Amino acid sequence: MNRTLIALLSGLLFGAGLAYSGMSDPARVQAFLDLFGKWDPTLAFVMGGAIVPMAFAWMIKSRLSSPLAAPAFDLPGTAKLDRPLAVGAILFGMGWGIAGLCPGPALADLAIAPVAVLPFVAAMLVGMAAQRFIPVSSK
Amino acid sequence: MIPAFPNAMPVEGFIGGLLIGLAAAIMLLGLGRIAGVSGLAARATGIADTGAPRNVAIAFVLGLPLGAFPIARLLGTVEVSFPASVWPLIIGGLLVGYGTRLGSGCTSGHGVCGLSRLSPRSMVATGMFMTSGFVTVGLLRAGGWL
Repeated sequence: MNRTLIALLSGLLFGAGLAYSGMSDPARVQAFLDLFGKWDPTLAFVMGGAIVPMAFAWMIKSRLSSPLAAPAFDLPGTAKLDRPLAVGAILFGMGWGIAGLCPGPALADLAIAPVAVLPFVAAMLVGMAAQRFIPVSSK
Repeated sequence: MIPAFPNAMPVEGFIGGLLIGLAAAIMLLGLGRIAGVSGLAARATGIADTGAPRNVAIAFVLGLPLGAFPIARLLGTVEVSFPASVWPLIIGGLLVGYGTRLGSGCTSGHGVCGLSRLSPRSMVATGMFMTSGFVTVGLLRAGGWL
């Protein structure tokens, strides 16, 4: 099957899952992070649900020499713990808490609430581009 | 419904989560890649010059809104409520964009794909961005912003 179509199918299912799970709602995501307010545990159920098929997928992957529709696996390393990883994760968590949005739900919201989410998506792309020019040393 | 948490959607959350996991499994087993939204978005827009093939990244990123749209329309149950001011969206967006590129991933890549792979790197990243999110929202609440 065509690789572009497989990627589109993956994106479609991912977007459908985000909308169905309630994760496209910034208020609900922020409520998960709001331990001292009206805490909403939904995000934990979403993560739990998502990890089930992926746990099987990693088991199947270990028996494959190559993916079904591409020449080779191209996966990031799992071991390196460095400063960019830590600083990046902390900054991401701050933005996630302030806006109630991470990249997937923000892009999915372009179809649900395009006007409301546009400032976030624009700022996110500016932030991504800025990272290329304002790096953090790995020491 | 969970009595103590009247707003929670455990069933919809779990089913939606299964769909997300299935999507990531198709990316892994079909194309041999991580379904990491931040990385694929940077690649699709040309911000990153390495990573997935351009057509793969663009197709995946377009799929996100195209997949969310029918769910929102057909079910009519998708509620979204955004911050009243634009500033949390702009400040949050800048931090999310910069942070996910620097930290090589977000909730999908490190959270869904990395945790299920038992990747130490992703477990550390997920623990840190979750903790950072809890602390940030806790501070916003303490400061009277929420």
